[in-house]
Amino acid sequence: MKKTVTLSHGNGGRLMHELIETLRVKFSNRILDEMADAAELDVKSGKIAFSTDSYVVKPLFFPGGDIGKLAVCGTVNDVSMKGAKPLFISLALIIEEGLQFSVLEKIARSIRKTAREAGVKIVTGDVKVVEKGAADGIFINTSGIGVIDGKMKRIGSKARKGDAIVINGGIAEHGMAILNAREGLGFESAIKSDCRNLDLEAERCLKSSKNISVMRDPTRGGLATALNEIASSSRLGIEICEKDIPVKPSVRNLCDVLGLDPLYVANEGKFVCFVAGADAEKVKKAIGPRARIIGRVTSSHKKEVHLKTKVGSSRILPVLESDQLPRIC
Amino acid sequence: MKKIRLMEVCGTHTMAIARSGLKRLLPDEIELISGPGCPVCVTPQEAIDRGMKLAGISGVIMTTFGDMIRVPGSGGSLDDIKKDGADIRVVYSCLDALDIAERNPSRKVVFMGVGFETTSPTAAATVLEAKRRKVDNFFILSNFKVIFPALEAIARSKKARVDGFICPGHVSVITGSVPYERFAEKHKKPCVITGFGDDDILDGIRRLVVLVRSGSSSVEIGYDRAVKKRGNIRARHILESVFRTVDSEWRGLGKIKKSGLKLKNEYASFDGEKEFKVKVPRSLLPEGCACGEIIQGILSPRECRLFGKGCTPRKPVGPCMVSSEGTCAAYYKYGRRK
Repeated sequence: MKKTVTLSHGNGGRLMHELIETLRVKFSNRILDEMADAAELDVKSGKIAFSTDSYVVKPLFFPGGDIGKLAVCGTVNDVSMKGAKPLFISLALIIEEGLQFSVLEKIARSIRKTAREAGVKIVTGDVKVVEKGAADGIFINTSGIGVIDGKMKRIGSKARKGDAIVINGGIAEHGMAILNAREGLGFESAIKSDCRNLDLEAERCLKSSKNISVMRDPTRGGLATALNEIASSSRLGIEICEKDIPVKPSVRNLCDVLGLDPLYVANEGKFVCFVAGADAEKVKKAIGPRARIIGRVTSSHKKEVHLKTKVGSSRILPVLESDQLPRIC
Repeated sequence: MKKIRLMEVCGTHTMAIARSGLKRLLPDEIELISGPGCPVCVTPQEAIDRGMKLAGISGVIMTTFGDMIRVPGSGGSLDDIKKDGADIRVVYSCLDALDIAERNPSRKVVFMGVGFETTSPTAAATVLEAKRRKVDNFFILSNFKVIFPALEAIARSKKARVDGFICPGHVSVITGSVPYERFAEKHKKPCVITGFGDDDILDGIRRLVVLVRSGSSSVEIGYDRAVKKRGNIRARHILESVFRTVDSEWRGLGKIKKSGLKLKNEYASFDGEKEFKVKVPRSLLPEGCACGEIIQGILSPRECRLFGKGCTPRKPVGPCMVSSEGTCAAYYKYGRRK
């Protein structure tokens, strides 16, 4: 029989110590290895960025990633969007009894690989096991700390009039990859989640211009939701051009078949950068060949996002009232 | 110049037109009105209530398309009773429901089907497949409808005043263009079978304007990359071998002769209505809801006093707001302007 995680792995006894030890060895570093109640971190004086997120994705493994990779990327990206260099993360696992050890190992390897790529250390953690039905395989929470370079401009949540909006690539890939995998839709296309660390791209962005006001990764709710949040907090209007928003044909087709709007579908490896119009090309170039300038910030239609459609009309891009439902025909 | 009123019959067109902002580009003389082609919107409340009652029976797995699960019946939606523990599953195809039935032989699996000729042939094919696989715990609750009788009702109505019809591309893949020819000739209204891209829709409008201006009542296929004159004969054959047409209630339009589909007697063992004899009281549209007039193109959503106030996608009152392809949902989502 395959070895599985049981409630005994969470009860404080020998099995729990074995499990924790297995994980510690995987993520070993000087701070973690102390195994103290709290991690002691060396950070230069100045500001830190601190973020937390929980990951409950289903299925646990999907084309382009898995829950472990997502749990690291998601938090690394949130810290990076604040203009900080991510250094440390915490890792808390809530495991449903019955999860196979091999699955846990695979997720742990993915966590290690993704953390190494981003140059972040896992410095503290926790494991809980809950009875069958109280979780769905495994839930993960990570929190991350990054340092903000005091010489750099502060990245906030308010855009400025005249800012251009740059995106680093095609949207809706994560959400559609998950949907395709979860529902067994059987579309054998190459739709992969875009799940990845954005720390390096964000850093290149910041180095290329001193006039960046906001960076944001549009995860749940997609690009439309993120832009609405920024329009609202900035008390300014946002205008984007439909034809400039990159969407891979395979992603667009699957969205069309299901009647979903890619602008509202989740991303896990995309970010938008709001930068003074004059620096937009510089930032676009710094990000890479897939980057596109998709719109601008204006003082008209405050707190609203407007979309210039392909036929040359314009309409409001609203906040979604509830999650999108696949349509009938 | 006289206004030209064109009706887009299909909900997918309504949504595409709203998404592209096309109405704002059209000259004032051309008015687009939405028709009865959103299957969720025309499904009467009794049908939803019957589905809810069935879903509440112990041992039943209720399957349906995503659009249906938030449609309010008289006592909440399928989504609401799902939260209370009813086993309700969203499927992408009727065949998925059959697979669920095979995997759960001790349960009764019901597929609540709504839709027009686009979806009903797949349900018919599933019934044939269920018979072939000898699955005896699979049932269809058929709320399927056929589109032409409803078009007839609208063409006859004086209130909607439609000059030409933007006809549904996907339905026509099955039906072909021949039935439209009889319809157009009878009512002296031109029809253009139209695809769903922005350019398809613009082309459909252009063709109709030319036809209306010249007083023609001919039928054109603008969506000729998918639609053939004779349609999909095999799909229609399967449909006709499994279903029979019956008089059917349309939300907003009332009872229309021979406009609904029910399983033929030889497939009665798959008929959810016969298997579970549940009674539901007749219900009326909620007070103030103008979905009935909106479906017929008589009123526009903004003319409904509930629109955007008592009725929003988050708390929909009428079906036109809950269906993602409903006219009110399209207006609410894409049409608001301060």
